[in-house]
Amino acid sequence: MLAFDTVVAARDAIRAKKVSAVELARQSLDRIAKVDPKVRAFNSVYPEVALQMAREVDEGKRSGPLAGVPIALKDNLCTTFGTTTCSSRMLANFHAPYTATIVQKLEAAGAVFVGKTNLDEFAMGSSTENSATHTTRNPWDMERVPGGSSGGSAAALAAGMCCASVGSDTGGSIRQPAALCGVAGLKPTYGRVSRYGLVAFASSLDQIGPFTWNMADMATMMEVISGHDRRDATSVNEPVPQYSTEVGKPLAGLRIGIAKEFQLAAGIDSAVSKAVSEAIDVYRKLGASVVDVSLPHTDYGIAAYYVIAPCEASSNLARYDGVHFGHRTSEKVSDIVELFSRSRAEGFGDEVKRRIMIGTYALSSGYYDAYYVRALKVRTLIKRDFDQAFEKCDVIACPTSPTPAFKVGEKSGDPLSMYLCDVFTVTCNIAGIAGLSIPCGFAGVTKPLPIGLQLLGPAFSETRLLQVAGMYQRATDWHQRRPNVA
Amino acid sequence: MAEKTITIDDVRHVAKLARLHLNADELARFTLQLGGILHYVEKLSELDVTGVEPMAHALPISNVLREDVAEESLPVEKVLANAPARDGDFFSVPKVIGGDEDSAG
Repeated sequence: MLAFDTVVAARDAIRAKKVSAVELARQSLDRIAKVDPKVRAFNSVYPEVALQMAREVDEGKRSGPLAGVPIALKDNLCTTFGTTTCSSRMLANFHAPYTATIVQKLEAAGAVFVGKTNLDEFAMGSSTENSATHTTRNPWDMERVPGGSSGGSAAALAAGMCCASVGSDTGGSIRQPAALCGVAGLKPTYGRVSRYGLVAFASSLDQIGPFTWNMADMATMMEVISGHDRRDATSVNEPVPQYSTEVGKPLAGLRIGIAKEFQLAAGIDSAVSKAVSEAIDVYRKLGASVVDVSLPHTDYGIAAYYVIAPCEASSNLARYDGVHFGHRTSEKVSDIVELFSRSRAEGFGDEVKRRIMIGTYALSSGYYDAYYVRALKVRTLIKRDFDQAFEKCDVIACPTSPTPAFKVGEKSGDPLSMYLCDVFTVTCNIAGIAGLSIPCGFAGVTKPLPIGLQLLGPAFSETRLLQVAGMYQRATDWHQRRPNVA
Repeated sequence: MAEKTITIDDVRHVAKLARLHLNADELARFTLQLGGILHYVEKLSELDVTGVEPMAHALPISNVLREDVAEESLPVEKVLANAPARDGDFFSVPKVIGGDEDSAG
């Protein structure tokens, strides 16, 4: 076990010399060796990298707000150590020639990287079952999925194998696994964090964000990873607030918005509804007012998303051609097109193929206006819904996922049923706003299954979201519960 | 919005455009699954979007420019290290000319 399993606790213990960075790295690696054969959160573990980085901290060569903190990275972030596989056969042996900006920033802040975590192939999915190598298990119940696509990062933190982790969120891929694994996960505003070195899925929706247990940790991580990067033209040149000093301040006169369209969404588990309404009661007791808001186009969010994201994916994934890098077929081919087609067919799994084909179809001659342009117009309507709602409230509260973790195999045969899991999360990416999931209770009779509360805020409202979530975490102890992973 | 259901010939055509070599089983399975997904997204046609501007991107920024200054590129050796096949400083591919002319697109 980690003697200190949160970011701030670990960093402060190292600073106070209660533990060395090397000792903490060893504890993290030992924990991985012990429980990861069951959880299978990691695609690759790098003991030598971790111990070397930890030694640098102990020797005073690296310092900073994350000095000595063991952190896991989603395996779609480019690192010059090890492989960057995106859990795809296509990139099974890919060694990135450069480092993602977020990885550089974490390293400069003193972080210790222990390994790279499993995901749905190219971040397309909600369960990690679309990984080409293996399915990660939920640390609260090994028969269930951890959510996805950043399921490995959520499970690695939940099972105590690191103090924080990093994921990417295109339609809920940080928040939904955070909810299902009982940890906190933040999708920052589009443009808040540089995407340079994040393997692209849907470039107008993708954003990188942290998984942590509590809001002091989240603030510390966000302060390190946020900011403008000239290598990502969509990163925004807004000053980075001092999240870590702001996070503890409660908000007077807080207005929590409840959207009736979210309450009416189909298929919400009763335990999820109950936990979320109890969380809203906690805010009432803390003095917040609760206001009704309307997001009239919510019901069209998934449809718009499953046009826009596949269109962008079909374009982004055109680079995998079997020529420059990635998998190449060993079949004998008669021409270059056959080389492309066979390499891609062998390298990509079913979900990636489906999305490439939906996108190719929706962008093809005769369908472009009917699908793609129409979806972009609906995107405008969804953005307007949020703009109007945030005139009446500071944050919107709703479930993160309609259900707790489902069983491995339960939805994997039916892609559409998997897509419908994203009902509460996709509109946040479509509108480019910020969304945070925090644990707010448990469902389940035999084994407790975590439930997530999602807080949505306007663009660049991260400080507010952290403060609002911090108020809740000071009044409750859900974020201190840990699964019993033997 | 397109009312017709997707046929196996449509899927075969899309797979060709997308450069995905699919076998008969995959074509049949994807025809069914893509049909279901496209049927679902057709709910977008219920909305009146007359006069609504399309939004490709949530940020109000455009044309981000930098000074036109030459910077160091990635080293050739690092880039070629991931090549499935190489010939000196070049990516190596099978013979390109002489196969079927591809009319897709």
